[in-house]
Amino acid sequence: MHSFVNRANVLLTLAVTILAIMCAAASISDTFNSPSPTATIEVANIHKFQKVSSGNDEIAMVLNISADLQSLFTWNTKQVFVFVAAEYETKKHVLNQLSLWDTIIESKEKAKFSVSISNKYRFTDQGSNLRGKEFNLTLHWHVMPKTGKMFADKIVLSGYRLPEQYKR
Amino acid sequence: MDWQGQKVAEQWMQILLLVSAAIAFVTGYLMGSFQLMVLIYAGGVVLTALIIVPNWPWFNRHPLNWLDPTEADKHPKPQPAVVSLNLEMALDYEFQPVRKLCEPFF
Repeated sequence: MHSFVNRANVLLTLAVTILAIMCAAASISDTFNSPSPTATIEVANIHKFQKVSSGNDEIAMVLNISADLQSLFTWNTKQVFVFVAAEYETKKHVLNQLSLWDTIIESKEKAKFSVSISNKYRFTDQGSNLRGKEFNLTLHWHVMPKTGKMFADKIVLSGYRLPEQYKR
Repeated sequence: MDWQGQKVAEQWMQILLLVSAAIAFVTGYLMGSFQLMVLIYAGGVVLTALIIVPNWPWFNRHPLNWLDPTEADKHPKPQPAVVSLNLEMALDYEFQPVRKLCEPFF
């Protein structure tokens, strides 16, 4: 502490160390938040269900998604990444997952939404296993904090079934 | 800045930083704003820097008292003894190595 530069150095070092501790504490404070998000997804229409030339099944559908993810947001939340995945079982694989739609929610105000969308990413299977297939629609989310630990969780919505016949 | 000033400056730096951190964290948490926490803390750091870093007069109230010069005079440093030689002896002494070196030729 004997010179100007030495004092400035000591001050900045301690200040940054304390800032790191504050950020860690902010991340810890997130664990006291117990969120209770809700979501409903409805398959409004399957307007295309066909076998493409490669032999794979391909589906185009309209989904009505409404969700309330506001409780995920805390003071330390930067954004929330949300995606809807179709999950089903085939003979070859126990779990097949396809992302149908995703979005980034940047604020608590936008975390309660209701949208009607057609699948953003192609719903296609390797092979032709999809006729009459039962599947889940799962809403996954990843909470990205300003500092510290990321969180991820999901809501599984089950009991959807694809039609038995192809449809153009 | 004198010794006492340095000690006080360090203590006050730690106190001010910790207090501003505590205020910033509590306010940010209660207001639900991370940005507010960072801004309050940044303000605290700048304020602390203004108080601690420059060499203010209140850090120089305990000047170090050196011993008086008279005190030093009472205990003089031992001086190397002065050897006086006449010029001839000195020259003789000076050129001795040369002579030794040249001895085989004399």
